[in-house]
Amino acid sequence: MNQPAPLTWRVATVAEKRPETSSATTLVFDVPDWPGHLAGQHVDVRLTAEDGYQAQRSYSIASSPEDRGRIALTIERLDDGEVSPYLVDEARIGDQVELRGPIGGYFVWDVDMADPLLLVAGGSGISPLMAMLRHRAARSSMIPARLLYSARSYEDLIYRAELDRLAAAGDGLETFLTLTRSRPPSWTGFGRRVDREMLAEVAWRPERRQLAFICGPTPFVEAAAGHLVELGHEAARVKTERFGPTGG
Amino acid sequence: MSPLISRGFGGRRRRDVDPSRIPPGQYVVDDFPVLSAGPTPTVDLADWTFTITGAVDEPAKWTWEEFLSLPSEEITTDIHCVTKWSKLDTPWRGVSVDVLLERVDTAADFVLAVCDGGYTTNLPLADVTDGQAWVAYEYDGQPLEPVHGGPARLLVPHLYFWKSAKWVRGLQLLDHDEPGFWETNGYHNRGDPWKEQRYWSD
Repeated sequence: MNQPAPLTWRVATVAEKRPETSSATTLVFDVPDWPGHLAGQHVDVRLTAEDGYQAQRSYSIASSPEDRGRIALTIERLDDGEVSPYLVDEARIGDQVELRGPIGGYFVWDVDMADPLLLVAGGSGISPLMAMLRHRAARSSMIPARLLYSARSYEDLIYRAELDRLAAAGDGLETFLTLTRSRPPSWTGFGRRVDREMLAEVAWRPERRQLAFICGPTPFVEAAAGHLVELGHEAARVKTERFGPTGG
Repeated sequence: MSPLISRGFGGRRRRDVDPSRIPPGQYVVDDFPVLSAGPTPTVDLADWTFTITGAVDEPAKWTWEEFLSLPSEEITTDIHCVTKWSKLDTPWRGVSVDVLLERVDTAADFVLAVCDGGYTTNLPLADVTDGQAWVAYEYDGQPLEPVHGGPARLLVPHLYFWKSAKWVRGLQLLDHDEPGFWETNGYHNRGDPWKEQRYWSD
């Protein structure tokens, strides 16, 4: 892979804060010298306390590479976490953190990859996949794309309005939602955990050689990736990114 | 450049952890997170073999049963993942790479671990010899679970944990260094957590 600028710590300033759900908040950072990224990559965030104590965590970039000089991170607040409660509860517009990246050269997607795109998200695992959809829209790509997004409830769906808009654009994106715990009365989407039948319904047939990206909690990713392989999809074309209950 | 202080950040230090055991930028977890780049491969133990190939006088090969009959050790060690978590006192059982290398004659300086699913990782031979590396098949007294690399994974605890390749099936000995999967995807070639060698430019 092409390796441009060394991964040095950069100062990032909170420019915008946007609650997404009761537990997830998007922070947009100004990073004036940001070297650019690919959809799917992540950054390391480093916080330093007055006494020099430091904590680092990795977060997927949710914004499109086309947003120059800005990075959006959607942070799920973990109650026993160390960095996520600070970013979600404490950080204000104008506050500064250190950040470095972009990191990771495998779980990435670019409109030049011509194969159909299958995205499977569990919870806040939508974040790097959203970067892919935003990149696709920013480049007016017509590459067929399908998103299967699983959340506990309607209120837990991150980027809900934006996903509706993207799916209504008629550019070859189809979105499928599944709500695992509770559903609004008029709900027409899926209403169960992602299973093999659901993936068989949502995915193209293996002959279409789609490129699949799965992101979510470990059991979700294990199950979804396993089902795709059982359905005949080539394992090497199923890329995964997992996060556990730790990480916060 | 001195690090920038983030206003209002206090941190949550763990009082129960000896700080000298935690490499820079790491934090301690009590669970065992799972990270991998693709689906978990499934392998029938009847088909499982472990091989040493490449720059050797004669390749070596073990079946699962033969592998289990090799002298094994219990290893209790701290592990450090490049994604920032560290886990202390993890209990493993496995075969020392020294024991495996006794079967071959080699002048190689490097090794490429090869795995089910196509994953590879490269190491200097000096990092896997002299009691520094094992092929582990038990965790906490139980067969190693597939999500954690079972039936067997490499265990090289003094380097970031991506070097401890899951689902390992062989060691390819080389006279030159050949970067593996993460090493060609932006990560450091050696990955010493105490030097915080996370990414290629560290």
